[in-house]
Amino acid sequence: MKILVCISKAPDTTSKISFKENDTKFMEDGVQWIINTYDEWYALVRALELKEKFGGTVTTVSVGGTDYEPIIRKAFAIGADDGVRIDSAPTDAFFVAKQIADFAKTQNFDIIFLGRETVDYNGGQVGGMIAELLDLPFVSMAGKLDLNGNVALCERDIQGGIEVLEVKTPFVISAAKGMAEQRIPNMRGIMAARTKPLKVIPASEGQKHTSVISYILPPPKAACKMVPAENPEQLIELLHNEAKAI
Amino acid sequence: MKTDHFQSPDYFLMDELLSEEHKLIRETTRAWVKKEISPIIEEYYEKAEFPNHILKGLAEVGVFGPYIPQKYGGAGLDQISYGLMMQELERGDSGIRSTASVQSSLVMYPIWKYGNEDQRKKFLPKLASGEWIGCFGLTEPDHGSNPGGMVTNFKDKGDHYLLNGAKMWISNSPFAQVAVVWAKNEEGRIWGLVVERGMEGFTTPETHGKWSLRASATGELVFDNVKVPKENLLPNKSGLGAPLGCLDSARYGIAWGAIGAAMDCYDSALRYSKERIQFGKPIASFQLTQKKLAEMITEITKAQLLTWRLGVLRNEGRASSGQISMAKRNNVNMALQIAREARQIHGAMGITSEYPIMRHMMNLESVITYEGTHDIHLLITGADITGIESFK
Repeated sequence: MKILVCISKAPDTTSKISFKENDTKFMEDGVQWIINTYDEWYALVRALELKEKFGGTVTTVSVGGTDYEPIIRKAFAIGADDGVRIDSAPTDAFFVAKQIADFAKTQNFDIIFLGRETVDYNGGQVGGMIAELLDLPFVSMAGKLDLNGNVALCERDIQGGIEVLEVKTPFVISAAKGMAEQRIPNMRGIMAARTKPLKVIPASEGQKHTSVISYILPPPKAACKMVPAENPEQLIELLHNEAKAI
Repeated sequence: MKTDHFQSPDYFLMDELLSEEHKLIRETTRAWVKKEISPIIEEYYEKAEFPNHILKGLAEVGVFGPYIPQKYGGAGLDQISYGLMMQELERGDSGIRSTASVQSSLVMYPIWKYGNEDQRKKFLPKLASGEWIGCFGLTEPDHGSNPGGMVTNFKDKGDHYLLNGAKMWISNSPFAQVAVVWAKNEEGRIWGLVVERGMEGFTTPETHGKWSLRASATGELVFDNVKVPKENLLPNKSGLGAPLGCLDSARYGIAWGAIGAAMDCYDSALRYSKERIQFGKPIASFQLTQKKLAEMITEITKAQLLTWRLGVLRNEGRASSGQISMAKRNNVNMALQIAREARQIHGAMGITSEYPIMRHMMNLESVITYEGTHDIHLLITGADITGIESFK
């Protein structure tokens, strides 16, 4: 089985968020980068579990500059066999999807995995776009995936319950929490990652369809207001008139 | 269950001195500590019990002999990688780091450096995989800072050696399968012998009542006419320099480890001081708190740079015992002072197991004493710069 896992980088969740160039660009100075959590913990690990059960290969693909290479090597350390870096800045969701689809077209992947969204921009669009560009079925935000021959049984959380889906390979799937458990690489994996092949290919033609006008930080967290226990009327009044919660 | 919010300080952008692989190794060890150590450590500390179930994980993450060549089961990594691993383990707990230090530097290192090929092949892969845990016997009840005065001895009995004596303050001894033991032969020359659990006359009583390194098992090694096979003598180095070579490696790891403990205390104090409100504002806004925090990060930064440089020298095979002593002494003392200041910042909360401060502080009382006491290291530096040994 040939599996492709799309790997994106994201700032560590403890990073300080600020913007530059009139609030149109994220300030990257001093930011620690990690593999996007959904890509790493769920998509990549489930792909590796399937490979371990059924055999085959797990390839990663990323759209980005040389700054992506440490996170690709980490994916190797966790267990991916090889990786492809499409050498271009990831400008918007369509551009990224187009690059990945153009690469995937040249291969015969049985499953294309990615995380449900990146934890920085939270777009969640790339998976659907790749599926459309490759004319493949797409299962979004799946928390479970089991394979029986070429038929996959997937589960998704929906309002008030779970939706169970069946889909035949090849397909695209975006992974959500529950699909697998985080794997911490070991030293043997880190050593092996040194020599695993990382291929760099040029970006294909493609244009971005959206531009960012500005980013706005959320208002600072308001201070906690203490209401004396003997004064519940005041609490009701605040919740109603000030917080407008009731 | 408590969440480990630790963020490492890097005031002088030290990360730029590390390779991507170094950083991956550090992040990996940190992630493992957050997942496997932080949630359980306070409980085991209170119970005064070593969490045996983590040994397999420690081996998998690769902290047993990371610099031992791959053909013997190690990872073949450099000294900075080893240092970063020790830093991250001690950020979790000094006792956990001690177990890894002993296994790597005091058991695997002498077998690798002073053993023959058969011994390397027999012991190192099992020690790297955690199947066997080792301990190191140098200190005796009456010979701590003066190990050369040891009385543990062995006699040549033709087809075996007969070992007698006792060792004390031995980390891992209660559950170790093998012990690298330093003893004098009939001519008074010190040699290393590998003693295996099950040999008749060899016992390892546990030391109880410790208020430090409580999540680490400490004990004695008692040898009562133990017949040690001749092939268990480490043949390639003898004299006090042999165990001291192991100590150089372990002390180097401790210099890094102490930074981990200091970083954990600083990180906790910084976060607490920004959350704790007194007189209507966070205590971080008071000058006396800022003084403590500013001094802490200054000392951590100095220690980081000292240790990184020592790592480069060790990679090049140029680090002297004097330099290692200076780094071990400086960094452990630095960590202990930071733990005490951090305890102050945490106020009364600082004495509880809600925060790691008292645990680190109590651990560091051992760390400042073992592997060369604080004072002895100063005298090593003194001897190095004057050419006169004051302790003989």
